[in-house]
Amino acid sequence: MHPAPSVIIFSSFSGLGFGLLFWLGLGMPAMTGWAAFAFFVIAFGLAVGGLISSTFHLGRPERALKAFTQWKTSWLSREAWCAVAALLLMGLYAIGMIFFGQRWALPGLLGAIASLATVFTTSMIYGQLKTVPRWNTPLTPANFLSLCLAGGALLAGQVTIAVILLVVAAAVQVAAWLRGDTALRDSGTDMATATGLGNIGTVRAFEPPHTGTNYLLREFVHVVGRKHAQKLRIIAIVLMAGLPILLMLLPFNHFWGILAVLLHLAGVLCARWLFFAQAEHVVGLYYGKR
Amino acid sequence: MTQLPTHTDKKLGLVIDLDTCVGCHACVISCKGWNTENYGAPLSDQDPYGADPSGTFLNRVHSYEVTPKDGAAQLIHFPKSCLHCEDAPCVTVCPTGASYKRVEDGIVLVNESDCIGCGLCAWACPYGARELDQAEGVMKKCTLCVDRIYNENLPEEDREPACVRTCPAGARHFGDLGDPASDVSVLVAERGGMDLMPEQGTKPVNQYLPPRPKDQLALPADEQIDILAPFLEPVATETKGFLSWLDKTLEKI
Repeated sequence: MHPAPSVIIFSSFSGLGFGLLFWLGLGMPAMTGWAAFAFFVIAFGLAVGGLISSTFHLGRPERALKAFTQWKTSWLSREAWCAVAALLLMGLYAIGMIFFGQRWALPGLLGAIASLATVFTTSMIYGQLKTVPRWNTPLTPANFLSLCLAGGALLAGQVTIAVILLVVAAAVQVAAWLRGDTALRDSGTDMATATGLGNIGTVRAFEPPHTGTNYLLREFVHVVGRKHAQKLRIIAIVLMAGLPILLMLLPFNHFWGILAVLLHLAGVLCARWLFFAQAEHVVGLYYGKR
Repeated sequence: MTQLPTHTDKKLGLVIDLDTCVGCHACVISCKGWNTENYGAPLSDQDPYGADPSGTFLNRVHSYEVTPKDGAAQLIHFPKSCLHCEDAPCVTVCPTGASYKRVEDGIVLVNESDCIGCGLCAWACPYGARELDQAEGVMKKCTLCVDRIYNENLPEEDREPACVRTCPAGARHFGDLGDPASDVSVLVAERGGMDLMPEQGTKPVNQYLPPRPKDQLALPADEQIDILAPFLEPVATETKGFLSWLDKTLEKI
């Protein structure tokens, strides 16, 4: 799949933002006043910034509000609802924490649940696609949720929880990669089933429909980056989990905390780039590109 | 709504004969022509006369080489457009309700004024049947020429999809695949029509007729019949006259 920067930035930043909102909603940390303000600015900035970034890949962004209508079947529509619910509930909760010095537990708890639900719906947009066998697994939501919770805990300064969750997130990430490498082969979809010609003999793409490229090839048949995929995976896991865990085990210091967050974010961006760049859409089979 | 109908009155679709298709791409051109000039946003091209041309097409013809274990390789031309699936994954993923499957005839359509161009339906389609128009920013797909098949302003013989109407080889057939007595259903039953990627669970309406066996003429050399051979026999076996004398004389020299 084409690794569109807007979607990579959206899912990484908003995942981190909603992760922080989750922990804030549970009162970890339960700060009030200016300290709370700083935390909520970071959380809302990441979550809302990511959501705005996601509209850049729309062909008709001015009609984006219509996306709220089909929550019965569409994960994208459900994501829109969950995101709005999470932002409203957490907005209310933030007002209480910042201006009234009070922790309203109910909106906090509901906001925390809605924040996680938003990340879950995001992951299911990809996880539901049978056409991309690498994504079509419960490991996709597990991957997104574990990173969201770990990154959020890191931002919220929950050192012990963050270390445990980073280990979990790294394990899920490695599992997703290992399963993903054989997912297309295991899916049973190949050129023989795509063309229905497999019972005659071995099928080879002889001529593409056009001499030039097209939307399908640009969007779904991205092959750049596979050469360095293994190296990028090691870089991603070291940045995402390895170095932040080491920094968290050092005596706590705000500078190391900020560095850990930045390294983690860089690792998540790298992993998310691989998530798209390595995903094989079955339409590529028609072009003999798998 | 993007909920799929539980039942459609008809299952209109195409039957594509891979045995007969000659790969001329006439269906591609007639499709592009009709759907650029009629319903919905035109099918745009980007840099059409430049170094890197590309454009929106609702129908594309691939060509595959199939090599059997024994015998010669076959070249098979393979037209591909929307298969108007019964369990269309492109419809249910749509967040705006722009994509829908019609109850009356099962055609899968896009309401272009509701489409936000998110591209998710194209991601969900295993066949590459949907393309996001780069000029209009909305999703384009085969409409089964919904503006031809019911169009009473057209002569009756033209009330079928443009690709079917134009195919010079008769490799494309249009009809109701939900009616077991229809011409297309009979054809599918006779020729063993098949689904593409059945394991994806999309239940496509369009059917593909597999190529017929091509190797029946490959008899052993002594059994081969050359229908031209009798006509290529020498006309005169016994020669006579001046030229015959000249021929024999020259042979002796």
